[in-house]
Amino acid sequence: MNWSLVPQQFVTGLLNGGTIGLIALGIVLIYKSSEVFNFAHGHLVMFGAFLTWWFTGGGAEPGAALIDLPLWAALIAALIASMGIGLLIERFALRPMTGQPLLAIMLMTLGLAQLFEGTTAVLFGVELKSNFPAPFSPSDVLVIPFPGAFGDAIRLKYTLVATFVVATVAASLFIWFFNSTKTGLAMRATAEDHEVARSVGIKVSRVFGLSWGIAGVIATLGGVLLATVSGVSLNLSTVALIAFPAILLGGLESLGGALLGGFAIGLVQALVQASRLIEVRNSSEIAPYLLLLVVLLIRPEGLFGQKRIERI
Amino acid sequence: MAMLRPAGDFDRSYEQDMALLRQPWHYWLLGFSLLAAFTLPLWGDAYLVATANQIAYTIIAVQGLNILTGYTGQISLSQAAFMLVGGYASALLVIHAGLSFFVALPLAALAAGAIGLIFGLTSLRVKGFYLAFATLAAQFIIPWLSRHTFKEYLGGANGAIEVPLPQLGTVNFGEVSSYFYISLVVLLITTALLFNISRTRLGRAFVSIRDNDLAAELLGVNLFTYKLRAFFIAAMLAGLAGAIKAHSQRGVGTEFGYSLNESILYLGMLVIGGLGTNLGPFLGVAFIVLLEDLSDLLGGVLAAAFPELSGQLLTSFRPIFFGLALMLFLIYEPRGLAHRWQLLRAGWRLRPFAR
Repeated sequence: MNWSLVPQQFVTGLLNGGTIGLIALGIVLIYKSSEVFNFAHGHLVMFGAFLTWWFTGGGAEPGAALIDLPLWAALIAALIASMGIGLLIERFALRPMTGQPLLAIMLMTLGLAQLFEGTTAVLFGVELKSNFPAPFSPSDVLVIPFPGAFGDAIRLKYTLVATFVVATVAASLFIWFFNSTKTGLAMRATAEDHEVARSVGIKVSRVFGLSWGIAGVIATLGGVLLATVSGVSLNLSTVALIAFPAILLGGLESLGGALLGGFAIGLVQALVQASRLIEVRNSSEIAPYLLLLVVLLIRPEGLFGQKRIERI
Repeated sequence: MAMLRPAGDFDRSYEQDMALLRQPWHYWLLGFSLLAAFTLPLWGDAYLVATANQIAYTIIAVQGLNILTGYTGQISLSQAAFMLVGGYASALLVIHAGLSFFVALPLAALAAGAIGLIFGLTSLRVKGFYLAFATLAAQFIIPWLSRHTFKEYLGGANGAIEVPLPQLGTVNFGEVSSYFYISLVVLLITTALLFNISRTRLGRAFVSIRDNDLAAELLGVNLFTYKLRAFFIAAMLAGLAGAIKAHSQRGVGTEFGYSLNESILYLGMLVIGGLGTNLGPFLGVAFIVLLEDLSDLLGGVLAAAFPELSGQLLTSFRPIFFGLALMLFLIYEPRGLAHRWQLLRAGWRLRPFAR
């Protein structure tokens, strides 16, 4: 361990974890309301980032773009579009699968992921787009004095701080929405038991549609946050895959757990980079999965998940 | 066999009851398909033989997945990673231990099986998509290890090592037309094995675990050993397929694929063919490989029409077609092509009456 790097990596990891937590939240949301584990969420994240990039006119020559919106307007347009995509997915892909076995539903989301991967490549091209409009330049750095750290200070890019703030605020908003508003409570009731929810007058199919729409919005937001840090490419879907370990760590049924799991995964990924050994530093891409295996072996239901009791 | 048999078709001895080939046309079909397969290099062109070779080793991998996911019901997203293990094991045994390919092949299968056992251990704690996560972790960890450890043996950041061609005595299996026979013979062996696993105690225990593992345990099926056996067989067949693939591509490593996408592809092939049927892997693999050829064709035509977009058109239709095919099959024919084939046969037998 290179201890002088630890404070810097700790804070960076925590900030990165906010985005991971937000992405994880979208998966948990769908799982809670409809018991579908959405393997295509990473691809929704990627597609949302591409959509935003396209709405800002990134695809064409400067000045010749079909649509040329400022970032905030492009983001709103992409959020609306991705909400529509979420609704379409629910209606045409997942609703016919109601009552099918777990494997079939899982494969349906995997098929969706493949479809999104190919469609994105055809529509937007396969190479990395580095011209994603960033609200801050990479040289805008927040310096916090911290004796003992490398250079006696912690340096934070504004972009990173901003993504963290947006991610945490958005995640907290969604958690509040889910726990306190009438629609959110209807979604929670649906998650508990479909028939009971029906009997108190909740329209279950509308709740499913709504949760997919919201998940699409969350995914696009997460994708834009990832894109401001690393640019837009097909790789974003793989990056978003590390939300899975976060969810398992937090527990499949817990929204707050997903956010906390995101922080934990961000921390683990950043802290291995403080090591002196090159092998350990390189392992930052698989460290979340090693953690995932440990969680599965020690506490499969995660930190805040529910233990399921089975009967024959 | 779940098939209803026509009146008058009954068995007079236990041998007849256990026979796989029970009607004259079974013998004819088997004979003709074997004849067609073994003479393929004589009448087919190189492209056809190469495709048949690819289909053959992919079927072996999907057969393994069929044991694990189709019969035992354990979802696995790491079949490609186990193929990577088999490919490396065989290549290293041939290069560094000086073994013949034909000795290295079964050893590579055992090596992949052993790795499969390690990740299979998680299946004792978790199931359903929790298990899918454990295998997902395997699918990321194994290729990572191949790139970042034992660099002088595994190729390091290149992600590939060269693999020598197999040789038996004076016969050189360099050409795909001769290499194809290796894949074909191994495929025949694994197929015979699988047909017999599925109808003996082992296969029935697997199916009982799939249908309800708690009930299976109460009936005396030891979950610990049977789940591990399923993982072992699946990883072993993946190892076989990986070794064959490595030697036919003359290289092995992450540069040659073995990624999560391929594991998903194998699952998709299995579902499209028919989960838990012995015919499924054959139909599913053939269907998807041909679909990929078709999408490459379409991509090529479109790329020629729009040359400035060729980079994104050439390869992008594979995931689109595969995703669409998988989704449509899940909605309209979740039991796969094998079930469709059964319906067709039943319809033919009952014609002109109710279908």
